[in-house]
Amino acid sequence: MAIVFQKPKSLTDAVLHYCPGCTHGIVHRLVAEAIDELGIEGRTIGIAPVGCSVMAYDYFACDMIEASHGRAPAVATGVKRSLPDHVVFTYQGDGDLASIGLCETVSCACRGENVTIIFINNAIYGMTGGQMAPTSLIGQVTQTSPYGRDAKTQGMPIRICELLSSLDAPAYLERVAVNTVAHVRQAKKAILKAFRNQVEGRGFSLVEVVSTCPTNWGLTPDKACQWVEEKMIPFYPLGCYKDRTQVA
Amino acid sequence: MSSKVLMKGNEAIAEAAIRCGCRHYFGYPITPQTEIAAYMSKRMPKIGGTFLQAESEIAAINMVYGAAASGRRAMTSSSSPGVSLKAEGISYLAGADLPALIVNVQRGGPGLGGIQPSQSDYFFMTRGPGHGDFHIIVLAPATVQEMADMTRLAFELGEKYRMPAMLLADGTMGQMMEPVVLPEDTVDPESIPATKPWATTGTDMKRPHNIVNSLYLKPEELEKTNLERFGRYAKLEREECRWEEYMMDDAEVCVVSVGITARVSKNAIVAARKEGIKVGMIRPITLYPFPKKPFAKAAENVRSFITVELNMGQMNEDVRLATNCSRPVAMCNRVGGMIPSVDEVLASIRKEAK
Amino acid sequence: MTFETIMAGFGGQGLLFSGKVLAHAALIEGKELSWLPSYGPEMRGGTCNCSVIVSDDPVGSPIIAHPNILMVMNEPSLDKFEDTVATGGIIFVDSSLIERKVGRDDVAAVYIPATKMAKDMEATSLANMIILGAIVAKTGCVKCETVSNALRETISARKANLLDLNLKAVEAGIKFIKG
Repeated sequence: MAIVFQKPKSLTDAVLHYCPGCTHGIVHRLVAEAIDELGIEGRTIGIAPVGCSVMAYDYFACDMIEASHGRAPAVATGVKRSLPDHVVFTYQGDGDLASIGLCETVSCACRGENVTIIFINNAIYGMTGGQMAPTSLIGQVTQTSPYGRDAKTQGMPIRICELLSSLDAPAYLERVAVNTVAHVRQAKKAILKAFRNQVEGRGFSLVEVVSTCPTNWGLTPDKACQWVEEKMIPFYPLGCYKDRTQVA
Repeated sequence: MSSKVLMKGNEAIAEAAIRCGCRHYFGYPITPQTEIAAYMSKRMPKIGGTFLQAESEIAAINMVYGAAASGRRAMTSSSSPGVSLKAEGISYLAGADLPALIVNVQRGGPGLGGIQPSQSDYFFMTRGPGHGDFHIIVLAPATVQEMADMTRLAFELGEKYRMPAMLLADGTMGQMMEPVVLPEDTVDPESIPATKPWATTGTDMKRPHNIVNSLYLKPEELEKTNLERFGRYAKLEREECRWEEYMMDDAEVCVVSVGITARVSKNAIVAARKEGIKVGMIRPITLYPFPKKPFAKAAENVRSFITVELNMGQMNEDVRLATNCSRPVAMCNRVGGMIPSVDEVLASIRKEAK
Repeated sequence: MTFETIMAGFGGQGLLFSGKVLAHAALIEGKELSWLPSYGPEMRGGTCNCSVIVSDDPVGSPIIAHPNILMVMNEPSLDKFEDTVATGGIIFVDSSLIERKVGRDDVAAVYIPATKMAKDMEATSLANMIILGAIVAKTGCVKCETVSNALRETISARKANLLDLNLKAVEAGIKFIKG
């Protein structure tokens, strides 16, 4: 009998700890598929963040490093400079990448390090139980913005792809979502491209994945996907923000 | 045998590190250690190594973390305020059992403090610089020659015991020049990762994946890793304590000092001996682990100890602990970048000899 | 024998370099030595100094409390260090920059118009090397010819074209003492 669907080789057999309806599982799969398709598992090193995906080191079958909060791009730089022929990726959430580690993110992008960053933006701190993230939307109620995020006192949400697109060095910046099948297909393409760029030596690639957090948003998985469509995507428009790989 | 060259302490560290197979340096400028970064920026590109001026001390130590995880001999250097920033990263290195070299050329504090020599990070470094229950190896050079020799020792001990190692110098040691015989260049940097089966160098599809990590959500497991680590510390203390004894055979007063103040103290001891005072010195070389043995022995013979330090009496406490408070431990100290003069130390020796 | 030398003046007068050349000469002669600079913002335009110890025995403290050789190239440095000089020591004064005389009678003073001499031989920035020549000729802390060798080994590639002028400056300092 022909096998038509199976778990990517680059995922281990460990049972994921993510909540029902959380899209981390989808993105893990897309990353693993990209690694499989490029045949790079044996020479890939992944960096896990602090946040919900902290235990990603148990889920990816390649060598993994657990970084301190926000420092994954610096750790990735250290690995890439040590093993330039290897493929190095980080997998980070919004608190990790866009708040506490913003300096490392911008500096890594600015140096044009030849690494791949997968950035999960779900507008909330999931691991610690639903606090305001740098990407939380205006009016969004969280544990630390109980009256809704107020721009006057809590500032505006940060758009990472737009911010980084002002830099000269990054090779590829794209924002995708995984709330619909069509979006998942686009996300897969973007993630594959972000890894291929590195294999081809094209430089810094970052894919921002607009994701869900049904548990802390207080929505069913289905409603959460709808919320992405209606609230998140209008503020975080999907698309490619930089692609220097097309230029010869 | 290679010949003597004239070098600053900071430069001797940098060149010695390269000769020990270090090809990955990550740092951030801060006085009085910037010569290390400057030296590395000149040499590394010519030998296929990495010099990277990081965006911060925090980033630099995390780059070291990445390179160390990849099995490389990696290092960073800084001075006191910068080492505060590195503390988080040092804790993670210790938690993930990664060897790496950190150089701290101390200056006065707290806060921005000053830029003149100090030994005021003694507690901070010897008690485990960062959150959690851990230690790093701390070595205290007192000559430019030791700056070079201890660079090698730090890499080797760090790898043997799988823990970060630190050269803890003061501004004077970093800035001064002395003749130095550099270590032979015998280490092939490419051969080092293969000696570390735990390193994340890619599975090559030939082994299960390696994980470099300090997270243990199950308390039973975290306790186990802590106990295992402290077992290694105990072995380190049994086997690797180093110190120098100077004129201790008949000493009735024992000076205890490290780095630049140990040099000043030597002059004072020579002067005191001329006056007929029986005084000697124990100079701890490993500050963690602190060499307790010579103090237990000295406590049987000497009347009192004097610590000569560039802080408010931090090593003084270790001497009290090592001697079980069985003898008085006086103090001759200056802070803020000031250094006690030979005369000041001599006066202190005379007082204790009475 | 131990020679403890402090060289002091303004940043930019090349005091750290002349100290380095002296230290290097000691290295060539197989002597024990240390070289310790002042460091920090004071190096940029403020006062600046270095301490060089040359000895037959291992050097203890590199910090000099009582120099037996003092070289000063500005008045604040003479003010600061004059009283610290050991009895019987020698103070070398750049007399084209410092008008006043040494006040003590238990130390020797050598007044050398080094900056003017340097100007006359079109080597304006080399007064430091002229005084170094004088120190070596007067005290014998290292041999005169070793200084020339030390200069050859110490001078940076960027300033290699100035080697001959440096050598001439040292020579002028030696001649000033020996006549």
